[in-house]
Amino acid sequence: MIHVSQLSKTYSGTTVLSIESLELQAGEIIGLVGNNGAGKTTFFSLLLDLIKPSTGHIENQGVRVDESEAWKSTTAAFIDENFLIGYLTAEEYFEFIAGLRGVEKAELSGFIEVFKAFFNDEILGNKKYIRDYSKGNQKKIGIAAAFIGTPALVILDEPFANLDPRAQMQLQKLIKSFNSEHGVSLLVSSHDLLHVSEVSQRILILNKGELIKDVRTSEITLEDLRAFFSEEVKEELPSSES
Amino acid sequence: MLTTLFRLELKSAFRSPTWKQNLWMRILIVFAILYFALIFLSLGIGAYYIIKKLELGDPFEVINRYVLYYLGFDIVFRYMLQPMPVANVQPMLYQPISKKTIVHFSLLKTLYSFFNWSHLLLLIPLSVVLIVEGSDSLQTAVWAVAIYLLLLANNYLNILVNQKTVFLVAVATLVLGAAALQYFDYFDLSIYTQPLFLALYNQPTLALLVFGVAVLSYFTSFSHFMGQMYLDTGLAKKAEKTIAIQGKYFERFGKGGLILKNDVALIIRNKRARMAVFAGFFFIFYGLLFFTGAIEAYDGVYWRVFAGIFVTGGFLFSFGQYVPSWDSSYYSLLMTQNITYMEYLRSKYTLIQVFTAVTTLLSTWYIAFGWDVFSYVLIGALYNMSVNAAIVLWGGAYVRSKVDLTSSKKAFGDKNAFNYKSLLLTLPKIALPVGLFALVDTYLGTTAAKLSIVAISLVGFSLRHWIFGKVIAIYKKEKYQTLKAYRS
Repeated sequence: MIHVSQLSKTYSGTTVLSIESLELQAGEIIGLVGNNGAGKTTFFSLLLDLIKPSTGHIENQGVRVDESEAWKSTTAAFIDENFLIGYLTAEEYFEFIAGLRGVEKAELSGFIEVFKAFFNDEILGNKKYIRDYSKGNQKKIGIAAAFIGTPALVILDEPFANLDPRAQMQLQKLIKSFNSEHGVSLLVSSHDLLHVSEVSQRILILNKGELIKDVRTSEITLEDLRAFFSEEVKEELPSSES
Repeated sequence: MLTTLFRLELKSAFRSPTWKQNLWMRILIVFAILYFALIFLSLGIGAYYIIKKLELGDPFEVINRYVLYYLGFDIVFRYMLQPMPVANVQPMLYQPISKKTIVHFSLLKTLYSFFNWSHLLLLIPLSVVLIVEGSDSLQTAVWAVAIYLLLLANNYLNILVNQKTVFLVAVATLVLGAAALQYFDYFDLSIYTQPLFLALYNQPTLALLVFGVAVLSYFTSFSHFMGQMYLDTGLAKKAEKTIAIQGKYFERFGKGGLILKNDVALIIRNKRARMAVFAGFFFIFYGLLFFTGAIEAYDGVYWRVFAGIFVTGGFLFSFGQYVPSWDSSYYSLLMTQNITYMEYLRSKYTLIQVFTAVTTLLSTWYIAFGWDVFSYVLIGALYNMSVNAAIVLWGGAYVRSKVDLTSSKKAFGDKNAFNYKSLLLTLPKIALPVGLFALVDTYLGTTAAKLSIVAISLVGFSLRHWIFGKVIAIYKKEKYQTLKAYRS
């Protein structure tokens, strides 16, 4: 589904992302983990052709994202608030996205029903513009919109951040069910190891722009992952025990 | 403490994106400021002599008659354009600074606003001229200070009532109504207010009263703001009531219709966009300068073409100029959604055409000045709807300034939307048709000249898809730069 080759992004001499090659299979949920500045958002932005790669390229479902726009009909994303239209109500925003993705109105209301529990009665039927919602609710609106029209690939940047614990659980369920029932492939990034290992079948760990680990979730435990990050912390901090 | 805050303010001014832009930008800003300063200065020096030359009566008395309108328009302009001072107060609330200091600072800060010091450029030279021409120097000084104090009272009154549109409508109606009544010789309000302002000169002690008014206005807005310094009152972001938009009509236009519907919502629901459209409609009256013979320099026939384009091009210049900046806050979404540049541009093209058509309808009263005058309005409209509507979209590809729709700053408060490429692109919008007209007019006569504009409009319209193709290529080339600017 996704084919990355010789990809790198450099800002005035500093390389923020460099991936030799990467192959992502369709039908999988792939988790992207890393600290701040690890290059997660840069990778997503490159994947969505929002920034230009310094070298190399990405192919999404057979087309180069920086050359063709064909991927736009089968890929959806929610990265940040730049994907929301603040002066629309949630319903109007959903209708806008549905219209662009060729989803009929009747179909849309059935689709939104799936998110009802996730929205927790705070979003639908509220006569309120998106810009007036809290950060958490804005995130919920953006995430739900990304699934409209069940695209082949959904990209979510830090979807669990800013959500309350209950919504986090519900989102895990939603992600899994879209994957297993509709065959939606997902790319999900997070700081939180727990969430990522919970939903994804494959985990990629980025550090300072480089892909340093690529494992199947079944082959690694949460403890292993934790250990991986705590190794780093130990190196950085003088031991407090001695 | 106050000086620390002012130093912070200075930093924020010099580190603002406006200054960080390229050299051209800064030169332009400096020129714009100099330009306005010069206008005020020459008005200040010239007013006395102009009134004298036109034999309107004793210049000082005439000036005092118009002080009323000056004050009236001042507050209307302030309401529309002057940014509110509270914008970035929030981070200070958590610091050990007393609320009083913060409020005093916010209010005092406004004194440095263009809307306050610009009046000095008018008042000071005017007073000097008055004194040179024989007025008592002390009395003139008191008069000038008193007028300035009234302007400052306006400043704080505006801050006090800025959230209330009712107020603007009331004041604007009053001022315009009084002006209209005077113009048509029904009732001259200024005759009754003139003695009030003259009294400030004749009875300098009265200035104390004005001083009292200014101080009162300061402390009224001070106490108002003191009550507003909470996150859930004055500083709270108010959730607005939603305004429904009937979507049925747009649905038949497919994806382009969806974007059109969004644009309508954008204009209705965002103050900045609303103001731009509002300002656009004011262009309709611009033609009065040209078609009434009010200003001699504008009597030439070429100016009529110029006027025709401006009268009907208000929306194009005030709103169209900033496409796609209006969509800057969600440009990433548009760039990743299932929508082509062609669909996007065509819907914007349609929007500009519809608004230009509406403006043209609203300009039909120019028929009162004769069919010849109206023919220039129609020609201008045609040219705007075909050629300029496309050129403005081309210019948009270079506009990289983010429009923060929710910002409390006013539509023209931060004019960082200019850049030299888009400025250059305003030339063909006006110079091309006027030049063509002038050329054909010289050799073949006025009728042929008019027809030539019609012809070039038709050519522009039939070539629109070809032009779009070129514009799209530029949009694509500029895409990453634009996104970078919008996402920062």
